Amino acid sequence: MNRTIRALMGATALCATAGIAAAQDTTLTVATVNNGDMIRMQGLTSDFTEKHPDITVEWVTLEENILRERVTTDIATQGGQYDVLTIGTYEVPIWAKQQWLVPLDGLPDDYDADDLLPAVSEALSVDGTLYAAPFYGESAMVMYRTDLAEAAGITMPESPTWADIKAAAEAMTDKDNEVYGICLRGKPGWGENMAFLTAMANSYGARWFDMDWKPQFDSQEWNAALTDYLDLMTNYGPPGASSNGFNENLSLFQQGKCGMWIDATVAASFVTDPENSTVADKVSFAQFPNKEGMDNHGNWLWAWSLAIPASSQKQDAAKQFIAWATSKGYTELVASKDGWRAAPPGTRTSLYENPDYQSEAPFAAMTLQAINAANTQKSSVQDIPYTGGQFVAIPEFQGIGTAVGQQFSAALAGQMSAEDALSAAQANTTREMTRAGYIK
Amino acid sequence: MARAISRNSKIGWTVAAWLVALIIFFPILYTIITSLKTEQEAIAGFDLIPSFSFSSYETVQNQNNYFRPFMNSVVIAVGSTLLALIVAIPAAWAMAFSPTKRTKDILMWMLSTKMMPAVAVLVPIYLIFLRTGLMDTRTGLVIILMLMNLPIVIWMLYTYFREIPGEILEAARMDGATLRDEILYILTPMAVPGIASTMLLNIILAWNEAFWTIQLTTTNAAPLSAFIASFSSPQGLFWAKLSAASTMAIAPILILGWFSQKQLVRGLTFGAVK
Repeated sequence: MNRTIRALMGATALCATAGIAAAQDTTLTVATVNNGDMIRMQGLTSDFTEKHPDITVEWVTLEENILRERVTTDIATQGGQYDVLTIGTYEVPIWAKQQWLVPLDGLPDDYDADDLLPAVSEALSVDGTLYAAPFYGESAMVMYRTDLAEAAGITMPESPTWADIKAAAEAMTDKDNEVYGICLRGKPGWGENMAFLTAMANSYGARWFDMDWKPQFDSQEWNAALTDYLDLMTNYGPPGASSNGFNENLSLFQQGKCGMWIDATVAASFVTDPENSTVADKVSFAQFPNKEGMDNHGNWLWAWSLAIPASSQKQDAAKQFIAWATSKGYTELVASKDGWRAAPPGTRTSLYENPDYQSEAPFAAMTLQAINAANTQKSSVQDIPYTGGQFVAIPEFQGIGTAVGQQFSAALAGQMSAEDALSAAQANTTREMTRAGYIK
Repeated sequence: MARAISRNSKIGWTVAAWLVALIIFFPILYTIITSLKTEQEAIAGFDLIPSFSFSSYETVQNQNNYFRPFMNSVVIAVGSTLLALIVAIPAAWAMAFSPTKRTKDILMWMLSTKMMPAVAVLVPIYLIFLRTGLMDTRTGLVIILMLMNLPIVIWMLYTYFREIPGEILEAARMDGATLRDEILYILTPMAVPGIASTMLLNIILAWNEAFWTIQLTTTNAAPLSAFIASFSSPQGLFWAKLSAASTMAIAPILILGWFSQKQLVRGLTFGAVK
């Protein structure tokens, strides 16, 4: 009898414990994009769930534009479908100002937020408050083929000017053997050719808008930037460049068809990867070019970051997940599994001080220099009313940037002149900015 | 001589038909070929001979379990089709056999609902789904896809029903058949080829739908359209993996289409040659 009662009590206690465990179980839905680093994080989730047995993680991986569309709808309607979002430096300031994101204060002590690269954490903060934690960051730089440069008898300066780039492109081009001096983005889109052209225009001293939000495509600086871009691409670029984006140029470079490629620093780990690149051991790096006498290297800065939407019902658990995924411990976890080369770059100072990382990643120093040099609060040497480096951080920019990108892509395809493309961009942008209420 | 010419022209037409079919099928074929390459081969340029590497399939399966979205696709496509038929058969019957002055206008109105871009009603539908708890559920997707394809289903059935002589239904009625008997035992068996092809076409449309199925799901009810979308990448090359994911997503519907092509063609040309 006694034993039966004891057994019954034991069973009741077990059931109660199970009940509590079930009640505490939290499922986090993490929305992300299909980039190599994100997929790696997905594979390492078990490390987080082992440390937090009461939390399970569900992943939703979507194409970048679909993700942006889905998340925007969900936040605008207070849907609460997601607990952690993967967004970039473009969205963070805009969404934070709309109070769509939860401020990331109260992160654990060992998180060491001061270790985050200052340029990156500044781009993800509004009024000094961090609204998203960087998962990996990037700027832009020149990647070039050392063997072709040597054969052509040129030495690439560590900080080249656009004139140096043109001379190098001319010397390296060998169209008979399908080697093109320079590969640049031409595919229309605010995040495609306009990311590059906005950075290039910055380095020419141009700006998108003056202090009254009047578009500046009729300026001398924009004209010089676009004319030089078209000149470079027409004479030394690959055929059909107007449909080349990041992925297409990556493929061309990996196949050994580009002498130089100026693009996101994150590409450095792909082009030096012996498994996928035929030119892995023949690549070196230089800073994003500037116009002679202009102290501006484009100010390109992007960081895929993790943020919590205000509509999430599980903000505490979400914060724990973000603290895990963007911690120093996570970087060490990746290094222990896949080597230091695979560690997510561009977020923490400590990574760049690590001698193991420095020796395994030949691009580390140049990447850090590029990120540190980027000033997203003032991307042009002229006065500007906006923030953002290779983009303008206003909600209208996606539409306007893509429309302007289409004009410039058409100019690259030879369908119109640089002057026509610039005046079409000026008219189009003026109309949209007036409609949106910026120009009174 | 005449016989020879006709044979030559027959061969000519056959070759032309095969050529056209090959051109249409080629993108799918090349997707399958690319899925059997390594990533390095996939980016290396045009090549029709793969190295038969199955590593992409393995990676895709490890990264995203295929069977959950697959089952969701099956339930959503079949469920929405059956529901659409239940609604559309009586509607098409009424329009075909008891037309009124306004029948043509109603048919045109129904078709006109297809002309509005889906994104225009995204926010209201999103809100309705949120408030009613239909978000990220198979039931919600079955309902929305049924509503989306209903105009086409009614139009197709209406066209088939019009081919059936009304006298046969009248005869059944004189023999004492009720409305239910008439639809279930007389009309439906006679219209089987038409219903079958409508059903197949609707399953294909629902299977391939990639707007609502992505917008209204997150994890639980996400079908194969969301599965493919997760393999598209802005940075980094995943062509072989993307091709493997696409092949896995289209394989079931391709096999279904292959086995039912006779019914499909018969149904689609039903009445056209009379």
